[in-house]
Amino acid sequence: MTIPDKKTSLALLRQMMVIRDFEETADKLSLRGKVSGGMHNSSGQEAVAVGVLSALAPLDVIATTHRSHHHTLAKGFTSREIMAELFTRSTGISGGRGASMHLGDVTKGHFGGNGIVGAGVGIAMGAALGIQQKGDKKVSVGFIGDGGMNTGRTWEAVNMAVIWKLPLIVVVDNNQYAVETFVGRVTGGGDLAKRAEGFGMKAFNIDGMDVLEVRKYVSEARERALNGEGPSFINALTYRYYGHNVGEKGQYRTQEEIDTWKSTKDPIDHFTAVVIENGYADQAVIDEMRASVRAEIEDAVAFADASPEPDISTIYDDIDSGKLGVQL
Amino acid sequence: MTTAPTTAPKVQNPNYSEAFQSGVREEMKRNPGIFILGTDLIERGGHFAQVKGIAQEFGHERVKDSPISEAAMVAAGVGAAMYGCHPIVDLNFIDFAFGAMDEILNQAAKIRFMFNGKVPLVIRATSGVALGGAHHCNSLEALFASTPGLSVAVPSTPMDVKGLIKTALRAEDPVIFLMHKKLSGIRGEIADENYFVPFGKAKSIRSGTDAVIISYGYSLVTAQKAAQALEAEGVSVEIIDLRTLYPLDEQAINDAVKKFGRVVVLDEAPVFGSITAEIAATATERNFSSLKGPIVRVGGARAPISANPAMADAAIPTVASIIKAVKQVMAY
Repeated sequence: MTIPDKKTSLALLRQMMVIRDFEETADKLSLRGKVSGGMHNSSGQEAVAVGVLSALAPLDVIATTHRSHHHTLAKGFTSREIMAELFTRSTGISGGRGASMHLGDVTKGHFGGNGIVGAGVGIAMGAALGIQQKGDKKVSVGFIGDGGMNTGRTWEAVNMAVIWKLPLIVVVDNNQYAVETFVGRVTGGGDLAKRAEGFGMKAFNIDGMDVLEVRKYVSEARERALNGEGPSFINALTYRYYGHNVGEKGQYRTQEEIDTWKSTKDPIDHFTAVVIENGYADQAVIDEMRASVRAEIEDAVAFADASPEPDISTIYDDIDSGKLGVQL
Repeated sequence: MTTAPTTAPKVQNPNYSEAFQSGVREEMKRNPGIFILGTDLIERGGHFAQVKGIAQEFGHERVKDSPISEAAMVAAGVGAAMYGCHPIVDLNFIDFAFGAMDEILNQAAKIRFMFNGKVPLVIRATSGVALGGAHHCNSLEALFASTPGLSVAVPSTPMDVKGLIKTALRAEDPVIFLMHKKLSGIRGEIADENYFVPFGKAKSIRSGTDAVIISYGYSLVTAQKAAQALEAEGVSVEIIDLRTLYPLDEQAINDAVKKFGRVVVLDEAPVFGSITAEIAATATERNFSSLKGPIVRVGGARAPISANPAMADAAIPTVASIIKAVKQVMAY
């Protein structure tokens, strides 16, 4: 795997560290009741988010899932505005109306997290249709989990993207468990890329713990989409270190399994080693990076804590435009 | 966005579908972001000829034949609308919306509220009770009207079809645009390109002095027949066409209740949990003292619609049931 230049590589590493620190911090805060409605922790899945988003242009579109802090951070939103959203404060990315599951800002190409499994891929497909209609040189990425592989709407959207050659990239952020259900137990045929290939699209099963591999496959998919070659499907195998939701006491997998993934496949450890081997950083630089990330997340928590609650008199704002009732 | 539109053919005395075509054509010429997607639109022009000729005029980029994938059809419209287009998703029959309910009720309706975005989207469908049986005769308008974020148009004339679709295509909201099966054949005048019907403005379609019937859609045709029969008996009935169910013209409803005090609310949806229930309850809360007696609701049976014509008719209001209701309010 070709490693990018020093600046880019260190940025990838730092972004993964930001996600990990953000998630572990938010997880603790959630247990203390600071996160309205709980949250879904993406620790372990950093390489998928950072690999995908680093291969996109800033104005490319994403639509994502209930587990989307990592995608949203990697898209370029700040730890401050995402932490504030978890605290449902007015300074949050969704103005405090969304919390953990509904992060989004359409004007910046983030078409939303989603409380409904599979919905994000459909919206991303629609965005890809919009891109095509307007003749823009952009792509749209629909994130989905392994759980979303068995809802019919996903494949309706995939089929539509194929027949219209839409600039869509479906990324399966495959952490292997739909809540507590192992993907292999509920997925006919087993091989997700083969399933997608059956719809007539380029499809790949890749290592979602390797940020450079994810980045490479998404870059190539983006090129194909921009060349009018239509959608691609990337099943990135990864692992969720924590439960489906904060506070989960799961009996569905062994501690040994979790420990093995953490000790042998961790995306941050793995890429840290690559960066050091390549001479881009020594341990001192890594330690310094970790410290600056820690400071950033502490600042985000302080910012969120100090941020005002939304004005409850605004519950009727932004429901509709009010323009339908105007006589033109 | 590649095909240059040509001049649309002028239609004399257009029917309901031609009025839709006329409004859509005019707005498509003005706004290159409008496109239509749905099943069987290009050759067939839709099951009710609602977009006949538009593909030939504007090209296949702007009228797209889709697979029968309702969830993806609506999702395509939602995402493209968020991106800045103004799609019209044609679901054919509103019953087919069941395959896309999450996309409509949970996604399209709520994006503006949470994600700093707009969803300028029209979901057009043919609705109403007619022949065709239980799977093609659902009256879902109350469901959509009660969902925050959605607006619902229920035009009853070619004039309003055109005026309302043009307004919908100038706004930036998800609109459910329902065209009644049994109005497909009606003809009437339509206005020129500068005529718009705002949402939330009801219209009196028959003047009267004794009682008022508030309704929408095909039920207005039945109401007119009942009103004529009642006229012969010396009872003068006003009829109000709501035209949109959300926003609902509460002012017009208030005014009518105050003016007449004898009110019949009519539609063909099952009365249990219907728009007529909403209107009757609100009117009673706000203007109880103006009422001379209880508001009477005339609506559909809480029963699936049968394919047998007589059984289907028995499940919805008739001229006789409307006359009976008006006499009921006149008894006070």
